[in-house]
Amino acid sequence: MIRLERRLSQPWWLSLLVPIGSLVVAFAIMAVVLAVSGHAPGSTFRNMIEAGFTGNGAFSATLISATPILFTGLAAAAAFRMNLFNIGAEGQLYLGAIGASWIALRLGDHGVTSTPLFVVAMCVAAAFLGALWALIPGVLKAFANTNEIITSLMLNYVAGYLLTYLIFDSASYWRDVSTLQARAFPQGKPMPTGAEWPTFGSSVVVPLGFAIGLLVAAGLWVLYSRTRFGFEVRVIADSPRAARYAGMRTRRKILAVMAVSGAVAGIGGASQIGDFSHVLDGSPQGLQAAAFGYTGIVVAALARYNPIAVCVVAVLIGGLLNAGFTLQGVDFPSGLVGVMQGIILFCALGGEVLIRYRLRVTRRGRAHADAAEAAA
Amino acid sequence: MGDSTPANTEETRGAGPAGASLAAAVRMHGITKRFPGVLANDDVSFEASVGEVHALLGENGAGKTTLSNILTGLYRQDEGDVELYGEPVRFHSPRDALDAGICMVHQHFRLVSPFSVAENVVLGDHRAEGRSFFVRERTIERRVAELSERYGLAVDPRARIWQLSVGEQQRVEILKALYREARILIMDEPTAVLTPQEAVALFSTLRAMADEGKTVIFISHKLNEVKAVADRVTVLRAGRTVETVDAETATLRSLAALMVGRDVQEARPLEEARHLADVYALEIEGLTVVGDRGEAAVDDVSFVVREGEIVGVAGVAGNGQRELAEAISGMRSPRSGSIRVAGRAIEGGDPREAILAGVAHVPEDRLGTGLAPSLSVTSNAVIKTYRRRSLSRGPLLALRRMRDAALRIITRYDVKTPSPETPARNLSGGNLQKLVLGREFEDEPLVLVVAQPTRGLDVGAIETVHTYLRGEAEKGVAVIVMSEDLDEIRALADRILVMYEGAVAGELRAGAASIEEIGLLMAGGERS
Repeated sequence: MIRLERRLSQPWWLSLLVPIGSLVVAFAIMAVVLAVSGHAPGSTFRNMIEAGFTGNGAFSATLISATPILFTGLAAAAAFRMNLFNIGAEGQLYLGAIGASWIALRLGDHGVTSTPLFVVAMCVAAAFLGALWALIPGVLKAFANTNEIITSLMLNYVAGYLLTYLIFDSASYWRDVSTLQARAFPQGKPMPTGAEWPTFGSSVVVPLGFAIGLLVAAGLWVLYSRTRFGFEVRVIADSPRAARYAGMRTRRKILAVMAVSGAVAGIGGASQIGDFSHVLDGSPQGLQAAAFGYTGIVVAALARYNPIAVCVVAVLIGGLLNAGFTLQGVDFPSGLVGVMQGIILFCALGGEVLIRYRLRVTRRGRAHADAAEAAA
Repeated sequence: MGDSTPANTEETRGAGPAGASLAAAVRMHGITKRFPGVLANDDVSFEASVGEVHALLGENGAGKTTLSNILTGLYRQDEGDVELYGEPVRFHSPRDALDAGICMVHQHFRLVSPFSVAENVVLGDHRAEGRSFFVRERTIERRVAELSERYGLAVDPRARIWQLSVGEQQRVEILKALYREARILIMDEPTAVLTPQEAVALFSTLRAMADEGKTVIFISHKLNEVKAVADRVTVLRAGRTVETVDAETATLRSLAALMVGRDVQEARPLEEARHLADVYALEIEGLTVVGDRGEAAVDDVSFVVREGEIVGVAGVAGNGQRELAEAISGMRSPRSGSIRVAGRAIEGGDPREAILAGVAHVPEDRLGTGLAPSLSVTSNAVIKTYRRRSLSRGPLLALRRMRDAALRIITRYDVKTPSPETPARNLSGGNLQKLVLGREFEDEPLVLVVAQPTRGLDVGAIETVHTYLRGEAEKGVAVIVMSEDLDEIRALADRILVMYEGAVAGELRAGAASIEEIGLLMAGGERS
């Protein structure tokens, strides 16, 4: 009989060895899948790595894929650290996009052209709305002890419908009604030119949003490991009773952590508007298509909620997503791309168990006796 | 003699002679059971006859529950033999014990609340109806009704468990045992949840079972009910058998003496050693605190503690001590009454307020409440003081100074830890307690509330903890020690309060209090 046993201590090399081992296992399984479906594993892997990282312009494209999941990953990590399961980064990101596009259009109407002003205003508005949206489950959790997983998840749908409503089902401020064509085929107003965020670098193009994401990650790291706030969050995460005993204000921390998490996801929405789409896209092919919020949860889990690790993992997953787009074609169905991405994520997350637990093989009878004694 | 359990001993007791002349149903000999760091049973011998109600009497931690868990196959003894009706047996699982006719009614019932009484009765029974794929409800219900008729266990077989009172649920547990044709029934503190009237009814049921030749083992630490229901009483203390006595000839006083023991170290004489000024560090007036089940766990309690005084709160677990400690430390809001620390009233219900007022608290649950288990020793050492200006720079933590503060506690209170970065849960019980105590002492409190300061610690650590607590009192801190260990209370306290059912049953000067007197108060008997 095989049992999982919690490790008392986690040696440092384990957290390097396990992810690498997981990747090796993942590639081995993928090789089998590819061979069975009639593709040469070797060349496919080479194509993947090239399309995701090493090819011409591939890394720039990877950073574009990585930017939104960097934000949602950080948002998830920020909340999960206190065992607060905010699944709502998806909706908070929509709200951020709504807020950022509103302020950008407003500033444009007033004739503002300064890009730095646009960037700051968009980030602030997005963070504000994202935080507000996250505070709905936060307040419910803090004062009524409702399950934040359910409430934040359900609010994602509300946010999604709100986004659709603004563009498709109303003559809202965001909707473009200037031309006859735009009235027939609903679409958002284009952002003023000043609201297009700059990029850095030439051989590798870094979007401003990605750079902001790195700054946010550094900020979160300081917040969680160097401040009194972070200390309280760690105590509450480990033992809410000990936190109460020590006189910590648990309720306020729930609100603050949800607000921080929502704000970070919201800035991700601003980056989508400012860096890439330059329009509030309410269509099913727009913001809602990629499920950034849910991918962010995977990113956060793989990074073990460490904001610095989130940056690395976001780029790796971004590369994987980007390679997927490139790989799929006539002879390589998109379903197979999905299978390969799934295998990698599955192995990576499955390996996590081995960091926290160890496998022990025992004889059946003995294990029962142990369990009985442990129960008493 | 106490009258909280108004059972008439002459009526409920059967005619069977209370001696070893009857055949032994259970004979346990030389039972030893060790747990890591604890010797739960140390060469215990115990014998119960056919047709008798045999009480196992002892304080919490005396080894009663371990012994019955061995008898029901939940544990296996390290040494010793068990015989049933003269046959040696060795159980490998609880099912073996069930098959041998041993049933136990636990303190916390094992019932499925959405199911009916009849369904619960057959649940887990692996003979006949319990085994069949279909539930033959009519048959079961008829049989259950029959049994409840015969033993006076009034309960509707078709009722759902959640509709029943606690007393009725207990009857279902007994019916379960009867349905399985148990020959030996173990009742673990059965009256803890019952009203006095229900207790009387229970006693007559148990008597009826014994009269039919069944054996009832009745675990309790309440003296008067043991005397009311049992034929013989075996007293356990600190994992050993003290004596088996005849219930009829034993007195409450003699039972109390056996239960708490005589080999107690002399209490510290009070007046010669220390002169305490009448300066009250803690004043509690009419305090009522609601417990987890909505009951008044602390019921209109008033007392004061002087500066430098150690007040011991004695009592059997669950008589309101925990709730009292939580109310003083702000973990639980009082319903009414007032708490004053150094003359200043505190609102209650807010631990931070209590900390700022100068109340330090060493909770019963060290790891989990007193300490955050996976955080480092350093983090735990500053868990209450991290907000101080000395340990932070603006919103940032002063990590070096936090570490220094932790090292100070580690060296001053001799906390053995591989490093200050070690997670608290890797420390031993004694070192955890030293860490908690050290942290609380360093904060220079006015009032120190300590719950079960030495539970689970070895002898050396116990001495250290006692020395630390005395040291604090010398410094003028008002110390309240809640403990189930009377030796500990007597070794530490200047004054002893005994709690029974949420109220202060008596207040005694440590020097003058006899152990029998405390034991009697703890068990709900009145003071002579």
